[in-house]
Amino acid sequence: MSEINLPALRNAISPYLPLGRSGLLPALHAAQAVCGWIPPEAAAEVARLLNVPLAEVHGVIEFYSLFYNEPVGRRITRVCTDVACALKGGDALLNGLCAQHGIRPGQTTLDGAVTIESAPCLGMCDLAPAVLTVDDGRWTVGDGKLRPRSPIYGLNRLLTARCGRGRQTTLAEYGGYEALRKALRMTPEQVVAEIKASGLVGRGGAAFPTGVKWEGAAKAEGSPKYVVCNTDESEPGTFKDRVLLMDDPHSVLEGMLIAGYAIGAARGYFYVRGEYAYMLPVLQAVFDSARKAGLLGENILNSGFSFEVEIRLGAGAYICGEETALFESIEGKRGFPRIKPPFPTTHGLFGKPTVINNVETMCNVPLILKMGAQAYRQIGTEKSTGPKLFCVSGDVARPGVYEVPFGVTLRELLAMAGGTDGGTEKETEKQIQAILFGGAAGTFATAEHLDVRLTFEDLRAAGLSLGSGVVMVFDHSRDLRKVLTKLGHFFAHESCGKCYPCQMGTQRQLEILERLAEGKSLPGDRERLQDVGWTMTDASLCGLGQTAASAVLSAMKLGLV
Amino acid sequence: MLKIVLDGQEVMTAEGATLLEAARAAGIEIPTICWHPATTANGLCRLCVVEVEGMRLLQPACIVRVAEGMKVQTRSERVIRARRTILEMLASSVDLSDSPEIRALMQEYHASAERFPGAKRRDVPLKDDNPMYVRDYAKCVLCWRCVQVCAEDAQYTYAINFSGRGYETEIGTFFDAPMPATTCVFCGQCVGVCPTGALKPKREFLLEQGLKPEEIVTRSSGRKQRRENR
Repeated sequence: MSEINLPALRNAISPYLPLGRSGLLPALHAAQAVCGWIPPEAAAEVARLLNVPLAEVHGVIEFYSLFYNEPVGRRITRVCTDVACALKGGDALLNGLCAQHGIRPGQTTLDGAVTIESAPCLGMCDLAPAVLTVDDGRWTVGDGKLRPRSPIYGLNRLLTARCGRGRQTTLAEYGGYEALRKALRMTPEQVVAEIKASGLVGRGGAAFPTGVKWEGAAKAEGSPKYVVCNTDESEPGTFKDRVLLMDDPHSVLEGMLIAGYAIGAARGYFYVRGEYAYMLPVLQAVFDSARKAGLLGENILNSGFSFEVEIRLGAGAYICGEETALFESIEGKRGFPRIKPPFPTTHGLFGKPTVINNVETMCNVPLILKMGAQAYRQIGTEKSTGPKLFCVSGDVARPGVYEVPFGVTLRELLAMAGGTDGGTEKETEKQIQAILFGGAAGTFATAEHLDVRLTFEDLRAAGLSLGSGVVMVFDHSRDLRKVLTKLGHFFAHESCGKCYPCQMGTQRQLEILERLAEGKSLPGDRERLQDVGWTMTDASLCGLGQTAASAVLSAMKLGLV
Repeated sequence: MLKIVLDGQEVMTAEGATLLEAARAAGIEIPTICWHPATTANGLCRLCVVEVEGMRLLQPACIVRVAEGMKVQTRSERVIRARRTILEMLASSVDLSDSPEIRALMQEYHASAERFPGAKRRDVPLKDDNPMYVRDYAKCVLCWRCVQVCAEDAQYTYAINFSGRGYETEIGTFFDAPMPATTCVFCGQCVGVCPTGALKPKREFLLEQGLKPEEIVTRSSGRKQRRENR
């Protein structure tokens, strides 16, 4: 049995006791910070203090990748080996680091100093290969930096106007929350109407009309109501929310405040993925400065509107980006998605009416209020309004976040990104083997799709998905079978295990893809892959399983494999 | 009462009924694994999926409630493909030797137990750590019923939950503690709702191992030894 420092542990957990069960993830993070891992005695103490059954505390520790139920190194280095980073040598970097320390991935050095792991997408595909290190509680990226760089390009600088300085925008630079002031002079119904009129749809992947969502929650019976900012950005290939939050966090907070006012909520949550822990000081500083300026807390700007925010740190589970799994996680449970309906607008966080929006969606809100819905609609196309951030990565000269109006073509976007490494436009067209659209849960395109306009309607017509804005390019030097295996591994690793099609389908899919990549396919493997893929798509409980075969099936359809 | 159309046949059904209840009342059998009358429906085995007109994806019949005029196909091609594939994946993952109902479904849906050669199975050693029941998770289909009856669906004992996640999920105790070291009160409800023989009374297990009834001795009758009153 390990020796644990009980007074220090109790002290670290004490701030979360008033939260009850909902304080379980924060308390486990705190326990891990004290002990370096979560020994049974520490878990039992957390269970006792929060009054949560032991077995359920165990279930939660087991669910989340960043909680450790056995000793790990004081320094943990995670190297991304997912698709975009694999193209840039992620696996070689991982193996090299391990060799230096004489260990294998997932192992800890004998002196207990260092653990090295491979990690699913860390949201730094623009800086591939990505490395994330936590050293005695201090988080760094790459070779010891406190924050990732933010390469930003494109035609517009509306959402990203204040991004790319290499630091967060201060309140003085950001301004006086003019959009919030304007909203507070309107009725909540008028604010909802303005968002509806803007045509804004969610930027997290599902493209649901934001105004309709807000209206549903505003009209729903039940109180209190909540606003949640989904900062669980984990779709492989996606890193735009990281840039927005690190560089222009006030804009996200302002959007959240406006949402709160519009639906009648007094509390909001930022659910930040565990791998973005380095954001916490940034967010805390933003809350502090906003609070000092009377923009957060009681009676904001003397309007009578009050709003509090709380940060919740995830602990390594892609599924928690699914909105209902995210609620479960805030509530201190394993991140199992719930059956829908009922939808979050009526039965969301703690079973109460909830609006949950992606970071980029939140950032569009102040923009709409400032510009007015009609002017906002002038950006983009009739059906896809506003600016859009694309996360361009893979075999391009300039990976990064690209802000463009909806409607530019894929060809134009790739030209902005400098084409495939060093290629002219003509050469790029020849060099492109495939483009992954919308992330791991997305679809493949080829050079034949270069003239597709990047809008919801055009992409849908072309059988592609915009998803979270991922555009990942693969040139002809790449083995797409290996790419598919990476995707298959990602879903098998991240399936929550609740519903049968996804729990077993992601595993069976991975096994067939591994055979394919090794050139050892069995007769009937294509049919197996299709049956598994269609079954996951058609019968899974949540969006993860429903899209876990999307890229694979599209690659087969295009004849890429 | 309201009217729905099940496999082309008009059926009157009670308001608030699930599609599963409506179908069974109409004599149409929809297969289930995780569903049990005593537990909260989780819609997780997805074997009961059906095609509902106007819905893009297949819907779990144990969850979805009837609505006036709803048109439902309980055996369309899509439904059959999903059920067959789920059963085939199950047979490639789990030991179904103690699950005659599931094996019967496999026959009905022409599901082949050999569909996925080389599949990684959930082969885990049997846990025999208490006098009341054994836990053979190689036979566990993760229906969640045991976890549910141990918690809010019946007993509020919370002895078991989950270890791992995804394909690696297993029913587990706090840091894998042996059952007597947990809050388990040996009520037997989990054994009662297990559909696959993954949870089995110790006596039944020992008899299957070839022991004769007289060889199975309990250490104590559990009764207080009273002194004879003289």
